[in-house]
Amino acid sequence: MKHFVTFWLVIAIVTAAALTVYGGTSTDNEASDSVVVGISQDIDSLDPHNADYAGTREVLFNLFEGLVKATSDGNIEPAVAQSYEVAEDASSISFTIREGITFHDGTPVTAEDIQYSLERYAQIQGSESAFADFKELEIAEDGTVTVILNEPNTEFIYELTCAILPKANEENINSAPIGTGPFKFVSFKPGESLVVEKYENYWKEGFPYLDQVTFKVETDVDAAINQLNAGTLDIYQYLTADQAATLNDHFNILEGSVNYVQGMFLNNAVKPFDDVRVRQAVYYAVDRDLINEFLFAGKSHIIGTNMIPAAEFYYNADTETTYTHDPQKAKELLAEAGYPDGFEFTITVPNNYAPHEGTAQIIAESLAEVGIKANINLVEFNTWYSDAYVDRNYEATVVAVDGKLAPNSWFAKNISTAPNNFTNYSNPEFDEVYEKALAEIDLDQKAVYYKQLQQILADDAASIYVQDPANLVAVNADLEGYVFYPISAQDMSVVKFID
Amino acid sequence: MKKNRNYSLIIGLVITGIMLALALTALFWTPYSTTGMSLTLKFAPPSWAHPFGCDNYGRDILSRVMQGIGTTFLVSASTVIFGMIVGSVIGFFAGYFGGWFDEVIMRINDVLNAFPSILLALVFVSFLGSGLMNIILALGILFIPSFARIARSEMLRLKGLQFVQSARLSKAGTCRIIFAHIMPNAYIGILASAAVGFNNAVIAEAGLSFLGLGVQPPNASLGRMIDEAGSFLMQAPWYAIFPGVTIIILVLGVALISDGVNRMD
Repeated sequence: MKHFVTFWLVIAIVTAAALTVYGGTSTDNEASDSVVVGISQDIDSLDPHNADYAGTREVLFNLFEGLVKATSDGNIEPAVAQSYEVAEDASSISFTIREGITFHDGTPVTAEDIQYSLERYAQIQGSESAFADFKELEIAEDGTVTVILNEPNTEFIYELTCAILPKANEENINSAPIGTGPFKFVSFKPGESLVVEKYENYWKEGFPYLDQVTFKVETDVDAAINQLNAGTLDIYQYLTADQAATLNDHFNILEGSVNYVQGMFLNNAVKPFDDVRVRQAVYYAVDRDLINEFLFAGKSHIIGTNMIPAAEFYYNADTETTYTHDPQKAKELLAEAGYPDGFEFTITVPNNYAPHEGTAQIIAESLAEVGIKANINLVEFNTWYSDAYVDRNYEATVVAVDGKLAPNSWFAKNISTAPNNFTNYSNPEFDEVYEKALAEIDLDQKAVYYKQLQQILADDAASIYVQDPANLVAVNADLEGYVFYPISAQDMSVVKFID
Repeated sequence: MKKNRNYSLIIGLVITGIMLALALTALFWTPYSTTGMSLTLKFAPPSWAHPFGCDNYGRDILSRVMQGIGTTFLVSASTVIFGMIVGSVIGFFAGYFGGWFDEVIMRINDVLNAFPSILLALVFVSFLGSGLMNIILALGILFIPSFARIARSEMLRLKGLQFVQSARLSKAGTCRIIFAHIMPNAYIGILASAAVGFNNAVIAEAGLSFLGLGVQPPNASLGRMIDEAGSFLMQAPWYAIFPGVTIIILVLGVALISDGVNRMD
């Protein structure tokens, strides 16, 4: 009996000691500045040249850099390169490599690494991509490198944000990637988390502030909100107004724009969406303002074409009003197209972003008014990606598409021969104007062409472009410095704890 | 002689009857459209016009609950019935013949049991595609092992008893012994677990709907409504409460019936 009591005493003491030690370490952790960012999508590849998901690019932005990199105001700044100069005829760009810049493993970045990276990226992107203009990289004696293009392209500098990778790490690119970004890779568990830590020798003095960042995959928004409230997540993006309202007061809600074109994308190759009148009828039937009000309390930007308003210089705001909510007109167009009693179709919706499902439900309800029956098929995101996006096996789908800094990136997927033309859109006039826009050197004339492209997409009702959704981000009130980018990027290098 | 009324059975039948009546009514009539949206009614609290309040799209919750009872009942009941019939037959045969046949069947059962059920359902659904019938089939298969186990143990208990021996001596066929002699004595145990199975099916259906593989929006099922309401617990508690209470009552009704059946002699 006595032994028994002693036994429990020992257990109790050990437990108490362990708890004290554990409590002690957790305060230490806070001192070492680590942050957990919840991300709503799994990471599809650690190889920045092969990463397709916008959610992946958003995260890899912290690990990799190109010769130049995007800034938060939609411009570019030199990164791996110290400076650059675009030739007057826009047929080549020369770069001076930044002095003393090193990869995460400490080896210096060489011209050969740059050559390897650009050639690798060009090969992966393929001959139909915006990178197809890349011809070769010339390496001069004095260490400057010159990108030679197949034909003049004033937007090619934006493409050179593609990651520079060390040639020596080819083998391990998917397991232990190395870049030049502010954070370096620590560990990755697919479907769970990506852990990165501060790169001490980052070229930009004083950055990053944080010692460690964990990107935790949390596809379930409700679970994410619980974790935010419980304090296990510090940052989470893409909340709706309703969701943000359920957070406790330890969070600042930052309002930005998602910079996605969200809408109901139509497979232009299947009946009845191969008929422009049917697509227009659907556009007239859909009440975009209602979607905005229901899901974002009216904070989203209603759009009418495949471009985001943030790209002000190139954005064609007229397309916003090309279609208005007009069920009567929709019915007339349907009758004209031979569907006086409407038709039935299925909207495939990935379940990773709640507003997509909401948008689909509201669209289905508006379409019912004009006699069109829309069924909703909610699928897992990976299923959506392989069936709808890659195999183009769908009728309509509510998703959001993103673009890059180069304005052409918003339109490249509508080229009839583009490998990622998942809507099967095809219009020779569009292809022609696109070529002109790309080759144009004069920026004002370029903008004219891009605005024309946007009007063509709107007139053709290529898809039902709905909105650039409001992006409400919950950020731990102890943190400051979070900024929005006009591309898919969550820049953690500028985030820091308030002293 | 005092006759005890079987109150459990009566109350259970009344509750389940009312629920079924509501679900049947919803096929023809609901107070409001189950999909009709209204911005002004978004999160409207319960009132005389909308006794259960309105959801995040301003849809009448009472109407959707009525529709949801039907969906949930259909999926859960079909699932349990499918699992019960197939599972019992497998269990009876395994228990009756014993030997290697029993071993093989029960080990397959174990394998099926060892998988996390939702994962297994996901596999089935990804093969079959989503949709109401496929959900029923996928969940039904998941429910086979539990019923097979119970049926087998009932069989092991009964097959050594004298009336079975007598039947066997009088040269009754295997099927006749199993279905005419043993089943009437075994069904109460199986029915009791059917009630538990029904409750599990309600939860499993909710889980699958939540993963985007169950009932597709805008159709309502009680589980789906609760999942959706989870995001709005603070703003509109009635959105979760009414479907939740309905599930409780639905499950209670079935549990009382099973309890009542147990008491029947």
